[in-house]
Amino acid sequence: MSLFPHRHLLGIEPLLPAEIETILDTAQSMREILDRPIKKVPTLRGKTVINLFYEPSTRTRSSFEVAERVLSADSLSIATATSSASKGETLLDTAWNLEAMKPDMIIIRHASSGAPHFLARHCRPAIVNAGDGAHEHPTQALLDALTLRQKKGRIAGLRVAIVGDLLHSRVARSNLWLLTKLGVDVILCAPPTLVPPGIEALAPVTHRIDEACEGADAVMMLRVQRERMTGGYFPSSREYHLRFGLTEARVRRARRDVVILHPGPMNRGVEISTEVADGPYSVILDQVTNGVAIRMAVLYLLLGGHSEVGA
Amino acid sequence: MDASRLARGLARIARQIVERHPDIEHTALVGIRTRGVPLAQRLARVVAKGEARRPRVGALDITLYRDDLTTMAPNPVVRGTEIPFSIDGCCVVLVDDVLFTGRTVRAALDELVDFGRPARIELAVLVDRGHRELPIRADYVGRTLNTAREQTVQVRLKEQDGEDRVLLLEPEPLVARTQGRRR
Repeated sequence: MSLFPHRHLLGIEPLLPAEIETILDTAQSMREILDRPIKKVPTLRGKTVINLFYEPSTRTRSSFEVAERVLSADSLSIATATSSASKGETLLDTAWNLEAMKPDMIIIRHASSGAPHFLARHCRPAIVNAGDGAHEHPTQALLDALTLRQKKGRIAGLRVAIVGDLLHSRVARSNLWLLTKLGVDVILCAPPTLVPPGIEALAPVTHRIDEACEGADAVMMLRVQRERMTGGYFPSSREYHLRFGLTEARVRRARRDVVILHPGPMNRGVEISTEVADGPYSVILDQVTNGVAIRMAVLYLLLGGHSEVGA
Repeated sequence: MDASRLARGLARIARQIVERHPDIEHTALVGIRTRGVPLAQRLARVVAKGEARRPRVGALDITLYRDDLTTMAPNPVVRGTEIPFSIDGCCVVLVDDVLFTGRTVRAALDELVDFGRPARIELAVLVDRGHRELPIRADYVGRTLNTAREQTVQVRLKEQDGEDRVLLLEPEPLVARTQGRRR
């Protein structure tokens, strides 16, 4: 029986708690490699990985690229702004053409929810979801969980507030799945206009950030996703900051050993104040390092062994 | 091989290490996961008894350096390497339970040199069972066993298995073929 019997990583929702723990344990073991004088292991020699990004990304893409290099996989990155996608090629045609170059894995970020699942149905290589629309961003949730576990020594039983643009956030959805599967007491907080319908079935929702922060072990801030907003969800950035921005006064409502997470990129002065972003409880840069370790673990678990398991 | 023979084998290795390395504090014992790690810790304790200074102890997980990863299903668990000191210029004694094909040691050597440039690398094994596939030999051997290639040498240690014992197992027709040689 395999520890991780999946061919793709499309989301957190289909994973069992034990499988999530396997990824976290593997990443924790991999983390040490990044501190070595020679940051390279030969594990994935001869494997080819394509990073296919239909949306801008700094952290996620460079993090996947670093992970691929540390594990000795060959990789190439395609930013669609400079590719044939801008000439009108469909996703499926692009994927089939890339597949013809015989890669072992395609890592995809796409503005449409379900794009990675679509590729997984139509292509042979292993597919990793690096963010699909407002649906899931599994490796982000995993690196958040790894950071929480390192800082708190455990995950189950923690009280975690997820604050911000819940409506457009794939990070929130993946984290909500992951944290509830691992026994975390989650509270969600957003302006009424940015709460997706039905989400209250998964965790309690409040519209008051003070209430969300009360007694929290960790606060996960979400970016205000201006590029996805088609209407007026709130009057102004200043107004948003006054009502939903994380300030030092609000951090003081949480537990004294609270940690503050943010998936980046931050809008300083909107969802998070500069003092909090750079404060002693901020673990935002630990998240970035852990991101590389998580992506190494995912690459290893999906590509490392000779897997005969179906999708 | 029972507990007392196992202890005598370890004591002999420890004695030889001390003889060859009077400056034991410049020596590091690095165990290969999984059973090399408790063996390295035990050796360090025995070595320290006669000496004022203790050798440093580390652990090496060679999973990511295996040459048979693509033929194994499922993936072996990665347990992590811990070498919390610089190995530049010091003597590293690799410690493992069984020396068989030599492929584990090859992987360990590759991994070790990614951490620095030791002055010297030596190899200590509890059991040398022969059948090498690579030009590798041990510097310290607890006991040499004559084995057939199909047999399995199983080292059981108190720390992990509740008892100290070395077993020579005959091949079980189906199971033994489908499993990896080690672990």
